[in-house]
Amino acid sequence: MAGRNPVTWLGSPAFPKAAHIALGDTQLRSNLRKATTTIRTKRADVVAELDDWERLRRAGEAIKDRVLADLDTYLLRLEESVTARGGVVHWARDADEANRIVLDLVRAQGAEEVVKVKSMATAEIGLNEALEEGGVHAVETDLAELIVQLGHDRPSHILVPAIHRNRAEIKNIFDRQMPENPASDEPRDLAEAARRHLRRKFLSAKVAISGANFAVADTGSVVVVESEGNGRMCVTLPETLITVMGIEKIIPSWQDLEVFLQLLPRSSTAERMNPYTSVWSGVTPGDGPSAFHLVLLDNGRTATLADRVGRQALRCIRCSACLNVCPVYERTGGQAYGSVYPGPIGAILAPQLSGDLHDDQVASLPFASSLCGACYEVCPVRINIPEVLTHLREQVVKAKGKRTPEAVAMAAAAWVFADPKRYEAAQRAGSLSRLLARDGRISRLPWPGSKWTSTRDAPSIPEESFRAWWRRNRG
Amino acid sequence: MTGPRVALFATCLTDTLYPETARAVLTLLERLGCTVDFPLAQTCCGQMHFNTGYAGHARPLARDYAAAFDGYDYVVAPSGSCGGMVREIHPGLCGTSPAVERTYELSEFLVDVLGTVDVGAYFPHRVTYHPTCHSLRMLGVGDKPLRLLRAVEGLELTELPLAEQCCGFGGTFAIKNAETSTAMLADKMRAVQDTGAQVLTAGDNSCLMHIGGGLSRLRAGIRTVHLAEILASTEEEPWPVGTR
Repeated sequence: MAGRNPVTWLGSPAFPKAAHIALGDTQLRSNLRKATTTIRTKRADVVAELDDWERLRRAGEAIKDRVLADLDTYLLRLEESVTARGGVVHWARDADEANRIVLDLVRAQGAEEVVKVKSMATAEIGLNEALEEGGVHAVETDLAELIVQLGHDRPSHILVPAIHRNRAEIKNIFDRQMPENPASDEPRDLAEAARRHLRRKFLSAKVAISGANFAVADTGSVVVVESEGNGRMCVTLPETLITVMGIEKIIPSWQDLEVFLQLLPRSSTAERMNPYTSVWSGVTPGDGPSAFHLVLLDNGRTATLADRVGRQALRCIRCSACLNVCPVYERTGGQAYGSVYPGPIGAILAPQLSGDLHDDQVASLPFASSLCGACYEVCPVRINIPEVLTHLREQVVKAKGKRTPEAVAMAAAAWVFADPKRYEAAQRAGSLSRLLARDGRISRLPWPGSKWTSTRDAPSIPEESFRAWWRRNRG
Repeated sequence: MTGPRVALFATCLTDTLYPETARAVLTLLERLGCTVDFPLAQTCCGQMHFNTGYAGHARPLARDYAAAFDGYDYVVAPSGSCGGMVREIHPGLCGTSPAVERTYELSEFLVDVLGTVDVGAYFPHRVTYHPTCHSLRMLGVGDKPLRLLRAVEGLELTELPLAEQCCGFGGTFAIKNAETSTAMLADKMRAVQDTGAQVLTAGDNSCLMHIGGGLSRLRAGIRTVHLAEILASTEEEPWPVGTR
């Protein structure tokens, strides 16, 4: 049996506590407000350009559901296609297995340094840390990932992991970590410094590691979508390319890409088309890497697939539209979720992949939402995130048992609501709360009501409920 | 001619904490020619239980709802949230029922069923409207409440900036994640204050309790009034808008 699933970070506090710290971070708050407001508007604009957006969403949902319903078949088909084109397929049950496979492949090439394409799957399994332990240094080549890596930091967004940093902080990180310091904290100078730093890495790397946005079962083609072109360098220059992908990333045929290459850029970067789309199918002599390894990662996905309600999370294409519209994410940022998958999708994906609802931090994630539904509204593959959140809350409640103060209170409330007479008696008893009130307002309640009244007044319960009034006047 | 037989689903929150809203719905619907009943067997739709992870407790409440509201032409609730719970969640808990299928949120009922936008209301105040999340995204009431408000005589409607952002209530979320909820509330209150409105209205007393509780704590001088109370108010009988 493998160790702890690294999809959630060891030692992270439960969401309310982590949020307490984040909410006090003025830099974070202002960065997030600005970034999410901008991207929200841009996304809405580019989505509004397409009159068949709803049909595209439904098509994306249907394709993903078809794959998930027959995942075993599609996986074998993908393996066959990749193998036929000269690639090697590896199967990894969990993070440990995937990390070991990759480390062995890198060692076999005698490489001490690898370049990396931005990848959620490798972040999910903690690949960089595992390689480091094995004596291999992994260089993140996506600019934002590089900032996070050089700052010994953690990501706070799926697409823009350094969203919590400002340019002065980035300059500071580069000054400390790069041989040539950036000329100033102007974005152009910062990008130039990163470019010079990375160029050396691209030219010397023997091995590259990537994730995958999509893998086409019919042709064995792996697709990576990006903005900077650094991923393109990684998947073309080194001799060996290793791709780690979650088993749910499969699409049946080449034609299905048509749907996702419209859904993804508009949802994630609010672009009509992303600048770089790299596709490779096995190996081609004289063109690109001469060896290609595809690591198919489960790491909790099969268990997620077994859950009738929760499995829809596996449709996710990692666009981060749900983060950008989430009022909770906008205020706490991503690190408060304690996982590489933050925001609404993280709140349903991380607990399911981790499978450990007895862990307080994991168990707090499904409750990190007001269930406002903004995430579901924008999701390009129509994941009903509120539905999965309440479903997971039910599982958390079951895991905690019937003796928690909350469970006892909820059972009592259900007992009261089950009988109109008891309910009315409770209303009458509750109306005594008006003794605590001044001008119909209560400004201080005992715990747990104090959690409300610490920042909000509460209404007192009037002497006569509507039901009592009705009985008196109309009954 | 007799109008439709309508059952008023007051919701436990309004029945208990805001009886004046339920009376307003009654006044309004009777004025529009409906025959209104309040089935005393009703209690709670089970939303708090369901949303907090206690679907097992919500299920019998959903069954009770179907029984309590059986046999009416329509069921009308002054709440997008409880209406959403009934229409979107109840069928998954215990199957659908005539009561579930005939349940409407107030603004939907007025505009879609009664086919009216001008309900003859008079409310001479500067008002802003917060579209509550569940009325907006679960039920899709769209601009129906705004159309109703625009037809109210004397009412000056001001647009709420970033109106579609959640106020941070979210039921037990406001307790479990009180600080994040408060951060959301702070932005909502700022937006409300920026409108210069005297009155904030919405179709849900739960969200109004939250925003109103924050505004009251700040002594902001802005009242929260349920949409039903504005629509019930007439020139002859102005609705006695409370201080809460």
